[in-house]
Amino acid sequence: MAEVKIKRLHKRYGNFEAVRGIDLDIPDGEFTVLVGPSGCGKSTLLRTIAGLEQISGGEIQIGGDVVNDMRPRDRDVAMVFQDYALYPHMTVGKNIGFGLKARKMPPAEIASRVSGAAQMLGITSLMDRYPRQISGGQRQRVAIGRAIVRNPRLFLFDEPLSNLDAQLRDEMRGEIKRLHQEISTTMIYVTHDQIEAMTLADRIVLMRDGVIEQEGAPLDLFERPATMFVAGFLGSPKMTFLPGRLARGGDGAAIVLGEGSTTVPLPADRALDGIGDGAPVVLGVRPEHVMRAREDAAMPGHVRMQATIDLLQPTGSRSYATFRIAGTPIVAELEAHDVSRPGEAIEVDLNLNRAALFDAATERAI
Amino acid sequence: MAAWTRRRRIPVSRIVVLTLFLIFVLAPLYWVFVTSIKPSDDYLAVPPVWFPDHPTMVHFTAALFDYRGLQGLVNSLIISISATALSCLVGTLMAYSLARFNTGGQHLSFWVLSQRFLPPIAIILPLFLNYRLIGLQDTHIGMILAYTVFTLPVGVWMMYAYFRQMPRSLEEAALVDGCTRWGAMWSVGIPLAAPGIVAAAVFIFIACWTEFFFALVLTSRNAFTLPTVFRSFLSFQGAQYGEASALAIVSLVPSIILGVLVQKHLVRGLTLGAIRG
Ligand SMILES: Nc1ncnc2c1ncn2[C@@H]1O[C@H](COP(=O)(O)OP(=O)(O)OP(=O)(O)O)[C@@H](O)[C@H]1O
Ligand SMILES: [Mg+2]
Repeated sequence: MAEVKIKRLHKRYGNFEAVRGIDLDIPDGEFTVLVGPSGCGKSTLLRTIAGLEQISGGEIQIGGDVVNDMRPRDRDVAMVFQDYALYPHMTVGKNIGFGLKARKMPPAEIASRVSGAAQMLGITSLMDRYPRQISGGQRQRVAIGRAIVRNPRLFLFDEPLSNLDAQLRDEMRGEIKRLHQEISTTMIYVTHDQIEAMTLADRIVLMRDGVIEQEGAPLDLFERPATMFVAGFLGSPKMTFLPGRLARGGDGAAIVLGEGSTTVPLPADRALDGIGDGAPVVLGVRPEHVMRAREDAAMPGHVRMQATIDLLQPTGSRSYATFRIAGTPIVAELEAHDVSRPGEAIEVDLNLNRAALFDAATERAI
Repeated sequence: MAAWTRRRRIPVSRIVVLTLFLIFVLAPLYWVFVTSIKPSDDYLAVPPVWFPDHPTMVHFTAALFDYRGLQGLVNSLIISISATALSCLVGTLMAYSLARFNTGGQHLSFWVLSQRFLPPIAIILPLFLNYRLIGLQDTHIGMILAYTVFTLPVGVWMMYAYFRQMPRSLEEAALVDGCTRWGAMWSVGIPLAAPGIVAAAVFIFIACWTEFFFALVLTSRNAFTLPTVFRSFLSFQGAQYGEASALAIVSLVPSIILGVLVQKHLVRGLTLGAIRG
């Protein structure tokens, strides 16, 4: 049980700065997910918290203690690695109990704790096997068992599910969530899978090039991305960005897309503080905000347009249809039977009430 | 499973090549063996004696006792085993430090290896003079030290390569789990490097066991090693083929025992880097 406070954290490797001034407050018991593209410094940040990397500047506090110069073993954290890092020369039982033994716990207590953790994870039958004799999913459970048996004040996960196949990944994701609900210890979880981030997190911290781009509750980030980068990173298929210019007239604002062939009126209540007429902007539309027109007239804040479907990707429950608006391909998530084949021309409604608008120069949300 | 049940057909060409190779390797060995049990008259007999009518052990007793071969064997065992142990201990620590902490930057590890580029003959004279000065000449300790220093570079390099290809995350997991740096090395790093260390140890042992030049110069009546004994079989009275062969057979025994003991580790140690690399 511990909160984590990170202040102006820097980490340099030679001339390269992997973490460039991160401030982060993680309350006790929260499930925080660090996401971001490859190389943005997620693992580095996690490893500095674990004490596996010396920091170059700033401060890390765990449970009120400044741990900058504390050895990993004294930080009382547990870490689950991407490659599981099970000790190949020890049985599953020894692997799980290793941390307790290293801390000189009496053998009887080690045994009872290990069997408790094994029961919780459903791996009691594997205790005498070696890591090479069990499957990937089972290894993952052992790695988690090794972490929980110690009852640490903070859990760190570095892409723990990325080596599993899709089905197992879904299953283990659910188990990790359940684990957090049961033991409610603070957890920091690194992934670059945005579905994992959305489903697991109490809070998402989205990193880019060694700094935090935006942090907040998953839905906050999803619905109110601060930048185009955040908007593009979360959501699958991606949000479509339509570049254009703002046109402010008497009867409300509109966006002139592309070369001027298409104009979409913005909802009347849309705030546009400080953005002048003719300013270059980018309209962001998520796939689920495009739907097949059903009513006679578009609802308020919706824009009706013609769409000729270029590409159709049915997933079963939904179909992703790609068409073009002013030359830019846009993906729409339609109902399974809205479109039957590519080339079909249909009418769609764009829900602009929930569309994002960005300043084209700064890429920040308006 | 399929590989279990299906009988593998070995191509004839492979059998021929392997047989020729085996003959190539084993024939001289066989000749050494029969020579060691031949009466002296049979050594150079024409036609050659493939197997003596009256095998004898006299060459063994002569080589071991009259020529002090037994003393040489004991000395060699003491010196080679001690030097191997010492070299492995120091070398493992050095290699670990080089691989994990990047000690000495980019260049120290290569510098260590480069020590072997120096031909031994370049240092034998100063070594001899210094040994005489400090009283290490013709002592076991002196030989153990010389062999340790002499084998360290290659041993370190072998273990360094092994540690380098081992993932760090295992030791990092141990650190987070609650080990000290030292504890993570002993309980995780070293056990996992065992095949590499065994391979280096065998290499070092064989280098010590067969070393002749240092032993020739640095020892005389006390700490002389097995290889130096062979010198005395070539005298002006002629060559003692039987004694030489007998001692050669004796000197093979420890190597064979060692080979059998570590075979499993050795193969893994020599190939693991290549497979994972
Ligand atoms: N030991 C190191 N020496 C030099 N540069 C490093 C080192 N470790 C990481 N880096 C660099 O720091 C940056 C951040 O690395 P990090 O591993 O934290 O990325 P990441 O966000 O975890 O990416 P991924 O999603 O691919 O795991 C990368 O550009 C990487 O090349
Ligand atoms: Mg990473």
